[in-house]
Amino acid sequence: MLHGFLPSLLEGAAVTLSLALAALAVAILLGLAGAMAKLSSWRWARGLALIYTTLIRGVPDLLLMLLIFYGGQVGLNALALSVGHEDYIDINPYAAGVLTIGFIFGAYLTEAFRGAFLALPPGQAEAGLALGMSPRQIAWRITWPQMFRHALPGLANNWLVLIKSTAIVSVIGLSDLMTRGQQAAGTTREPFVFYLAVALIYLGFTSVSELIFAQLQKRLSTGVSQGRL
Amino acid sequence: MSFDIVVDNIALYLDGALTTLALLLISLLLGLALAIPLALLRSLQGSWISRLIWVYTYIFRGTPMLVQLFLIYYGLAQFEAVRESIFWQLLSSAWFCVCLSFTLNTCAYTTEIIAGSIRALPAGEIEAAQAIGMSRSVMFRRIVLPSALRRALPAYSNEAIFMLHGTALASIVTILDLTGAARQVNATHYIPFEAFITAALFYFLLTLILVGLFHKAEARWLKPLLPR
Amino acid sequence: MQRRFLIALLTASAITSTAANAQGPDWKKVRIGVEGAYPPFSEMGPDGKLKGFEIDLALAFCTAMGAECTLVQQEFDGLIPALQARKIDAIIASMSITDERKKAIAFSDAYYKTPARFAARSGLQSEMTAAGLKGKKIGVQRATIHEAFVMATFKQSEIVHYATQDQAFLDLKSGRIDLTLADQVAIDQGFLKKPEGRGFAFIGPSYFDTKYFGVGTGVGLRKADAATLGKKFNEAMAALRANGKYKQLNDKYFEYDVWPKP
Repeated sequence: MLHGFLPSLLEGAAVTLSLALAALAVAILLGLAGAMAKLSSWRWARGLALIYTTLIRGVPDLLLMLLIFYGGQVGLNALALSVGHEDYIDINPYAAGVLTIGFIFGAYLTEAFRGAFLALPPGQAEAGLALGMSPRQIAWRITWPQMFRHALPGLANNWLVLIKSTAIVSVIGLSDLMTRGQQAAGTTREPFVFYLAVALIYLGFTSVSELIFAQLQKRLSTGVSQGRL
Repeated sequence: MSFDIVVDNIALYLDGALTTLALLLISLLLGLALAIPLALLRSLQGSWISRLIWVYTYIFRGTPMLVQLFLIYYGLAQFEAVRESIFWQLLSSAWFCVCLSFTLNTCAYTTEIIAGSIRALPAGEIEAAQAIGMSRSVMFRRIVLPSALRRALPAYSNEAIFMLHGTALASIVTILDLTGAARQVNATHYIPFEAFITAALFYFLLTLILVGLFHKAEARWLKPLLPR
Repeated sequence: MQRRFLIALLTASAITSTAANAQGPDWKKVRIGVEGAYPPFSEMGPDGKLKGFEIDLALAFCTAMGAECTLVQQEFDGLIPALQARKIDAIIASMSITDERKKAIAFSDAYYKTPARFAARSGLQSEMTAAGLKGKKIGVQRATIHEAFVMATFKQSEIVHYATQDQAFLDLKSGRIDLTLADQVAIDQGFLKKPEGRGFAFIGPSYFDTKYFGVGTGVGLRKADAATLGKKFNEAMAALRANGKYKQLNDKYFEYDVWPKP
């Protein structure tokens, strides 16, 4: 039914998944950095983070991807030349995809993490100080574990949007699920079959993700009382 | 930096911006109009129609919009039966396919947003309405909807912005929107950076306008409701 | 404490963000940009592997040059920007040598030349002039010579731009466009000779005009590399033509010799 293209589609699905996970890792790092910048006492940190989140929210993913893929390369080359590095440095499409998507979702996660930090009752950190805990101990044992629990819904939502956004990397030549589907559709002239297959695989990804997040939410919320509805 | 080429082609960008706005308005308005009745039905607890609508939103929110667009534009055209039918008058147009796909997508998200907002209504308001003897339809019209729609504004503003970004996908199926204009200029003159940065600036402006409009809407309709 | 952590996080992000891969000027390693959506010149098979005349030719060039080649797939309209951004070192994607393109990049010698032709539903009667095709929808691939030609010559028609020729064929089949202009061999083997091409045929003459269609297809290169890499490609081409390997590949895909005639 799939004219032998199933292995190719599954390979593409693997690329999509690994791309999404790698991008999530980058996005979480950037998101944490951004959230802390926005909450910090340094004015330049807050300003930088504000520019970052505003830019990403103001420009479509597709366009950002095209810009970062070509513009980023140009910038990196200029940087390399300026330090006397004769040979040029190259960002392969996979790295470009991971960086771009990570960069984009880092901005959205900045807001999610910032909200999570703000949701913590300040009294808890103060109690830790009163008990004589060092700032690092407070962060490690009190603030961050609870922050992650609050951040989970935002993280889950952004993950779902992220994994669907990876479909756009086909535009910069990365051979992901969408690209393989397009090629199969083009070669066999049966677009409906292949795009349906691609849609079902994505649906599978999102469904499994939702299940995993529901489980995570349950586990991280043990002992937390919720109002009876 | 050869921005002079961009300036020469500015008409292309302006046409593209108008196309983007048109696509956005059509899909948002149609999507919202459809979403309101769907959200009301979706919030009826335990009924089969609520489940049916859930299946629709589940599928459209669980798959990328690009795939949905390709399925409608290329997928449907594959079948002889479709091409011979009366629907082909509409489906043969790229504009129609794009608007259909965008509308179905934004309607799914909006339905869930409004349904969630309806579910979050203070139970006391509904009980009060029932106590006075309001019929269901009157209750929906005068109590539930106004309240739910107002509270849904922040979430809906996010959806509207996502939709603005989503319109860029139209360029992938031959429509000359803002992104399409940028790709055209890039394809003819090989200046990707300048071409795309210009499009990005246009989108940025459009986003600012959209955010401003929603701020005004929130100030008028939502802020008065919140505790002061 | 927060500040130190912030700095550490940013540095970590920066370091993990660079996947460096330096390239040398002795051309032992060459990255070649290909399209993979233009049968029979380059296409992707069900196994996910690239195949086609240009793919075989590219690999043959590399063997003759003694270089290790990586084939990088790219959308056609992204090939020249990718070349200029140093993501690839050469373009082998049925890119015709034209004056317009020479403003941006350099080319090796031409390695094949085939004309362009229109395809439409069989039985379409039309004068192939701007007036004759007035109001008709013509599909072309973005950033190609065919697009440039159609935009300049058939101003009274509605021109629809596609990212790949395959997409144009899909829309031609479904009737969204009336005609498409592309390489004659690509249309023949990629569409007309396949089951979905039934009911379609060539219409109008073959176009050779060098102003739009160039002198043949060459390997796209950065201007700075024309003297070094370009020379290597030219030598490889001559070698393949001399030792019969070119003819072998030619006959595998085409019924006639596609080497550019002077």
